[in-house]
Amino acid sequence: MGLDFSAIPPFYGTLAIGVLWTIAITVVAALLSFFGGILLAMIALHGPQLVKQPFRFVSWLFMGTPLLLQLFLIYFGLVQIGIDLPAFVAGVIGLGLHYAVYNSELIQTAIVAVDRGQMEAARTLGLSRGQALVRVVVPQAVRDVIPPIGNNMIALLKDSALVSAIGVTELTLSAQLAIGRTYRAFEFYAVAALLYYIINLGMEAVLRRIERRARLSR
Amino acid sequence: MTKPPFVEIRHAQKSYGSLEVLKDISLTVERGQIVAIIGPSGSGKSTLLRAINDLDPLSSGEVWLDGVQVNEALPHRQYEKHINDMRQQVGMVFQHFNLFPHLTVRQNVTMAPKLLKKISDKEADALAEEQLDHVGMLERIDYYPSQLSGGQKQRVAIARALAMKPKLMLFDEATSALDPELVEEVNQVMKKLAEEHMTMIIVTHEMDFAASVCDRVIFMDKGVVVEEGPPDLVFRNPTQERTRNFLRKHLEGAK
Repeated sequence: MGLDFSAIPPFYGTLAIGVLWTIAITVVAALLSFFGGILLAMIALHGPQLVKQPFRFVSWLFMGTPLLLQLFLIYFGLVQIGIDLPAFVAGVIGLGLHYAVYNSELIQTAIVAVDRGQMEAARTLGLSRGQALVRVVVPQAVRDVIPPIGNNMIALLKDSALVSAIGVTELTLSAQLAIGRTYRAFEFYAVAALLYYIINLGMEAVLRRIERRARLSR
Repeated sequence: MTKPPFVEIRHAQKSYGSLEVLKDISLTVERGQIVAIIGPSGSGKSTLLRAINDLDPLSSGEVWLDGVQVNEALPHRQYEKHINDMRQQVGMVFQHFNLFPHLTVRQNVTMAPKLLKKISDKEADALAEEQLDHVGMLERIDYYPSQLSGGQKQRVAIARALAMKPKLMLFDEATSALDPELVEEVNQVMKKLAEEHMTMIIVTHEMDFAASVCDRVIFMDKGVVVEEGPPDLVFRNPTQERTRNFLRKHLEGAK
């Protein structure tokens, strides 16, 4: 049995829906991981002691266990304690929090590296510690780690394929559905790979624009 | 009852571990006065300046501004609110400018007034234009700090401090990090403030500037005030041996 790409056109719609879901999951989870990462970093560095320890434990949990297992836990596990999340929401939360923890590590290092004079100048003007952090220190820290955060976001896009395992018909699952009907595994996986690559290019273009804008404000 | 001094430091003492950097310093500054603090590095002059707005808290002693104790012992939360209120009244200019690099010149000037005084965008823009015009930086209003020279940065930093309408300005070696040819433009701005009778305390290495602008010079060494008086007296006729030595060395260094 040779390769036959003529099996693909009837499934354009299925694949298109898969692409849209992949983009939707990636964008929402990326935003969650970005803002969640900032929040986690601020709590880890400047939060009350009472909150710091449990947060450190949760961070360790997200970094030290497989993402696939985390997704299963959130989607299949939480139902037992009465939290019944739609697959898309469970997938976004799992992916978003997982990468929020990684982003938080980057941002924490960058916050510590911001020149002490910045906090001093802000405090001298009368800003509170919290205001100085939010307005002066954290924006500079985030700006400094945009490239590595961008790398995390590309990894997040690729890991979004794992969400197929909890039944979100994103690109990987869409390809699998088509393969189930046609038995054309190579053709559909190859097309899916190409589509991931194209989404990836789009994402890199967006990240480059953000990096360029960030460079001006150094 | 006599009016209390505008700025009063009472028995300021500060130690880092076993190192005593300020040893029982008391001094007063009247409203509108311009005071220079000079002395060798490590003399405690910057530490003293930074104690005035409690950036480097004293180990003991009191700082008073316009009848209010700046470093009043209060419970943490109350103290935070109190010190933020006090700092709004005291502008500070740093050796390394400390402009906010992620904000434009305009945003550097307007951030604190917008946040703390709740002024509108329109008022903030007018304020930024007024203050930047004052330091001759209006045409750079939408630049980022990275696009400015050192002297320009320091002028913007002065405008940023002035935008909070402070009662008192502190300068911590404001021109020490500048290339020689950029010093004059910052000195000009400080002279202008002096002519407007802004109360200023200036830590500096520039004896000529101190002599020409200041009402009073304080010479510090090893954590104590060795000598103080009008610039003519301190520079031309110092009474203390240590002051003479310092000035002589400084003159030699300048040659």
